[in-house]
Amino acid sequence: MARAGIKREQNKYAALLLTPALAVIIIFTSIPALTTLSYAFFRWKGFQRLGFAGIENFQRLFNDPFKSYFYMALRHNVLVFIAILVIQTSLGILVGYALFKLKRGHRYFRTVVFLPVIFSLVIVAYMWQAMLDPFYGPVNYLLHSIHWDGLAKTWLGSTSTALPTLVFINLWRWVGFPAIIFLAGFNSINTEFIEAARIDGASEGQIFRKILLPLLAPSMTIVTILTFIGAFEWFDLPYVLGGTNGNPAGAIDTLALMFYRLSFGSVDSGANEIGVGSALGVLIFTIVGVGATFGSRYLRSREVEA
Amino acid sequence: MIKILASRTFFKAVLIFNSIIVLAPVLFLINSSLRETNDFARTPMKLARSPYWQNYKDVWAGGNFPIYFKNSLIVTGGSLIVILALGLGAGFVLGRYQFKGHGLILGFVLSGMLVPAKLAIIPLFIQLKWMHLLDSHLGLILVYSSGALPAAIFILSGFFRSLPTDLDNAARVDGASEFQLLMKVLMPLVRPGLAIVAIYSAIPIWNDFFLPLVFLQSPEKKTIMQGLTAFFGEYASQWGIIFAGLTIAALPLVTLYLILSEQFIKGLTAGAVKG
Repeated sequence: MARAGIKREQNKYAALLLTPALAVIIIFTSIPALTTLSYAFFRWKGFQRLGFAGIENFQRLFNDPFKSYFYMALRHNVLVFIAILVIQTSLGILVGYALFKLKRGHRYFRTVVFLPVIFSLVIVAYMWQAMLDPFYGPVNYLLHSIHWDGLAKTWLGSTSTALPTLVFINLWRWVGFPAIIFLAGFNSINTEFIEAARIDGASEGQIFRKILLPLLAPSMTIVTILTFIGAFEWFDLPYVLGGTNGNPAGAIDTLALMFYRLSFGSVDSGANEIGVGSALGVLIFTIVGVGATFGSRYLRSREVEA
Repeated sequence: MIKILASRTFFKAVLIFNSIIVLAPVLFLINSSLRETNDFARTPMKLARSPYWQNYKDVWAGGNFPIYFKNSLIVTGGSLIVILALGLGAGFVLGRYQFKGHGLILGFVLSGMLVPAKLAIIPLFIQLKWMHLLDSHLGLILVYSSGALPAAIFILSGFFRSLPTDLDNAARVDGASEFQLLMKVLMPLVRPGLAIVAIYSAIPIWNDFFLPLVFLQSPEKKTIMQGLTAFFGEYASQWGIIFAGLTIAALPLVTLYLILSEQFIKGLTAGAVKG
């Protein structure tokens, strides 16, 4: 009797406590996400929905004038993903390992390593815009003062350097994140393995390559997947530094920027294309979803058990 | 032995080099924010001998800066209250109760973590307009809460599940209601989880400028990161003031971070690091 009473009260509480949270998620996440899907299959005039369009919006996306923008943006996303994955992961492992090896000053270095992660990308973007300013920026000032004048470029202003510069700024902001994840990965490795190898006469380099690195695979999976998602949804940094068109001359245009332009209209054309925009949104979501799912499945299958 | 020492020096050098790269732009920013603009333009690399506080006064007195700041506090604080209150309740139910459809609901919550809010921005825009929640802080708070709740519920239900069930039974035998059990007995024990959720949610919300950019139009409603983009255009080439504005915008989180760095690191990497 008493048990049944508790059960009934529990059911009442379960409903009472779950409903508000689920309602907020359904109304402000699930419904809009599903609606986006449907928008891609309609014709639009401004924010007004017209008739059913079938796959017309997808076809338009793959024809001019959208096609060339799409492929250029996609190329930038792919390049950024590869560059960030290779450089940021290597540096993350290096810094994470350095923190792992550290005996003293652990707290100071860890705090500094992670510091940029808490900065807003708006602040990061403007801070580096100032750092790289051709006239007032310390970076070019330093290059001039050591007479490497040829290297002092208009970093964000020229089409050849804008994208690599943005990748650098992104690295500055993010390296601390994988570094801390790798540090946690190193810390979770059973020290017995390391001790045993050391007794067997293995060098530090061998221990790192043969024991630590393979056992770091779970952290590597997480970092790779997060990098992939971040690279294909890259928006804030290119938007703040290059505007909706990814200037100079679209050199830092990305899929997410193109999606934003199509959704809300670009600065110069003004008109928006919600149908094509939603089609692009669905495509980005598919790339990210499929890539992340199969990527993590593949990477997990290569992990070794510690 | 020498080899170990050499490798230790190498890794120490890596960290010191990293410190320099990380801190250089931050120190440049703070230093330049304390210099008069003309003085800065003449010699950008000099140290601020006597701090020129006028930049900070100008930022705070001229324009909408204090309003942006207040709005960010309202939006971040409001979202936190919704996320923690609803997340606590749902986390308690999913972590503590067994019932039909439990797995289904948890699966649904987890799927919410996969949806990138940015890509649902048009329907969300139209929907908020229809609900009269466009250009309103409440609308923004609800959207942020919806984005953060799945992770919050997931993290908190894990914390609730890890507590021994004897606690519940003992409390019930003592005549506690389910509500008292949650608030008096269990909530104090999941406080570390609440801290992680608070940090995990609050930082991206304070730092975000994308959703305010789309949803807020009135100048008196804008948040600080959104406001900065306008501010940067407004004061173009008035470097001293721009640097002071950036410093003020970064200050709250940096200060909190320096005090609570452990919790920040744990909070922001929650989900990516097991245990």
